[in-house]
Amino acid sequence: MGALPEPVEKVLNEALVCEFTVVSREGRPITHPMIPLYDGDVIYLHSSILFSKKLEHIRANPKVSIAITDQGATHGEPLPLRVTIQGDATVHDEDPHHTWERILPRWIAKEPIVEKFYKMRVALPLFWERGLIEVIPRRIFVWDEGRTDRPPRVHEVAPQLAAPGGGSETG
Amino acid sequence: MGVRPQVLEGIGAGYSHAVIVVLGDQGYPVSVATAFEVDVARGVVRLDPPAGMEAMLLEGRDVNVIFSHIRPLPEAGYDERRYVSVWGPLDRGTDGRLELTPEESQSWDESKVPFFQYSEITVPQAHRYLDALSGRLGRRVRPRLAFFWLALRTTRAPFLTATVIPVLLGVVAAARAGGWSLGLAALTLVGAAFIHLALNVANDVFDTMSGADPANTRPTQFSGGSRVIHYGLVSLPGAAMVSAAFYLGGIAIGLYLAWLRGFWPLFWLGVAGVIISLVYTAPPLRLVHRGVGEIAVGLGFGPIMLLGSYYVQAQRFSLEALWLSLPVGILIALVLYVNEIPDRESDAEAGKRTLPVRWSKEAVIRGFVWSTAAAYALIGMGAALRILPWPTLIALATIPLAVRVTRGIRESYEDPYALMPTMAANIKLHLFTGLLLFAGYLVSIAI
Repeated sequence: MGALPEPVEKVLNEALVCEFTVVSREGRPITHPMIPLYDGDVIYLHSSILFSKKLEHIRANPKVSIAITDQGATHGEPLPLRVTIQGDATVHDEDPHHTWERILPRWIAKEPIVEKFYKMRVALPLFWERGLIEVIPRRIFVWDEGRTDRPPRVHEVAPQLAAPGGGSETG
Repeated sequence: MGVRPQVLEGIGAGYSHAVIVVLGDQGYPVSVATAFEVDVARGVVRLDPPAGMEAMLLEGRDVNVIFSHIRPLPEAGYDERRYVSVWGPLDRGTDGRLELTPEESQSWDESKVPFFQYSEITVPQAHRYLDALSGRLGRRVRPRLAFFWLALRTTRAPFLTATVIPVLLGVVAAARAGGWSLGLAALTLVGAAFIHLALNVANDVFDTMSGADPANTRPTQFSGGSRVIHYGLVSLPGAAMVSAAFYLGGIAIGLYLAWLRGFWPLFWLGVAGVIISLVYTAPPLRLVHRGVGEIAVGLGFGPIMLLGSYYVQAQRFSLEALWLSLPVGILIALVLYVNEIPDRESDAEAGKRTLPVRWSKEAVIRGFVWSTAAAYALIGMGAALRILPWPTLIALATIPLAVRVTRGIRESYEDPYALMPTMAANIKLHLFTGLLLFAGYLVSIAI
């Protein structure tokens, strides 16, 4: 078991797409579909420098959210939940050529064709210069069965996230 | 200000649910999915109010709502990527549902803007990001490629078939006429290849300077240049130096061959080749901007290269070598001609008035058909008049490929990505016709 409630981890591991929201300097939420990756402690997203405005917004304001709402967007069974995870994001782009590559195996697991494209990075070189986004979860909203006509369960994630299962549930 | 009705219609037709996003307490965004329907006539999106969010979804509040779709593909990942993100104020309808009046939108649909094009449109953002990152880190951060791939991309070495064919044909025609030297042939090939690579890189330098490459947001594997300068993989001065180095190497080899095999004829051929390759895109002449770039390429990679290669071996010119160079020159000019089709809008924007820029679709297709017919007629007539050996008639076997290319141009004229197989087939048309001419010569030598 990792740092988050098991059903949420399952959703993070199986979801092919999430709605990732950053906040602009003007305080406006800006949302993009992205592929969520999870290593048991931290949620990762990544973005090419071609589509890097979101990385600039994170630098100005690290507060983000990750919503997994498309229950059919998996390679297996439909997701049993919808979740929104609020958290603090950090961008790692010291070396946009290599830094992000540590999450490549997890990306390939969800999107196998990436392996082929990665080998041919000469075809689209700027796409493979990327920033890695690391999100430390703070609060999780869970809608059982994906039903948002019922209030969500809210799970506060303890600051010492590293402690497996740390957190409390309300709502 | 509002979004176009087409945006609303697209939302209504293409998405399973909406995700409402607002800023919650402590400044974190909160996202919640809900059902929706679009009222195009009123310009609103009607949203089912999610439970437990009443405190955040207040009337008059500006929100972001995103509609997103993918289709999972277990073996590959997913496709059918599209999304629409809209911003606007929320109101409460008479039936209690929420009503969003979108005022701004941002979207991408890969069926309308292919991913490669989307990635080209955003190149300036990549540069802005790297500039900011460089400032933050206190060192220059550039995009990178492994040396082999960077060299391959910068020089566009796979296009060297355009050089290999005329040089080989010059050698084999000379061999049939008397004799040949492997060493001289190899040196000719290397020298010609250097000039070709120099030309490729110089072309990118001048196309970057003229704005033709940056303006092109629909490049393909075969068109739009190498883009290494535009992407920041190689600096403009760096590319100019690479080009100059190849020119110097090619010119040195050319002078050496001229010194060995009879100076002035080879000297003047070499001068013509280098000048044509330079003024092809270089100001002030910029032949390609004036609608004669295709002829320049046909001359350079046809008569000049083939006659030069022939002369190095035979130390004389011949009608046979000149005749043989004509279909080869026409077919290589047609490679450029077809590759210019997808670039025509950005070329026009940069003042690069190639033939596809100047001509209508039908005129371009007619030009291709008549030119290929002329190339095959030259091969047929050359054999009939006994200028070329009769086994070279085997090169007519590529006529079906020429028909396929013609059909491909007609069917995919407006879509650069759909035109890619046709551009590849057209390169094969030059390559295979050249190789079959070469094979015809080998047969004629053998029998």
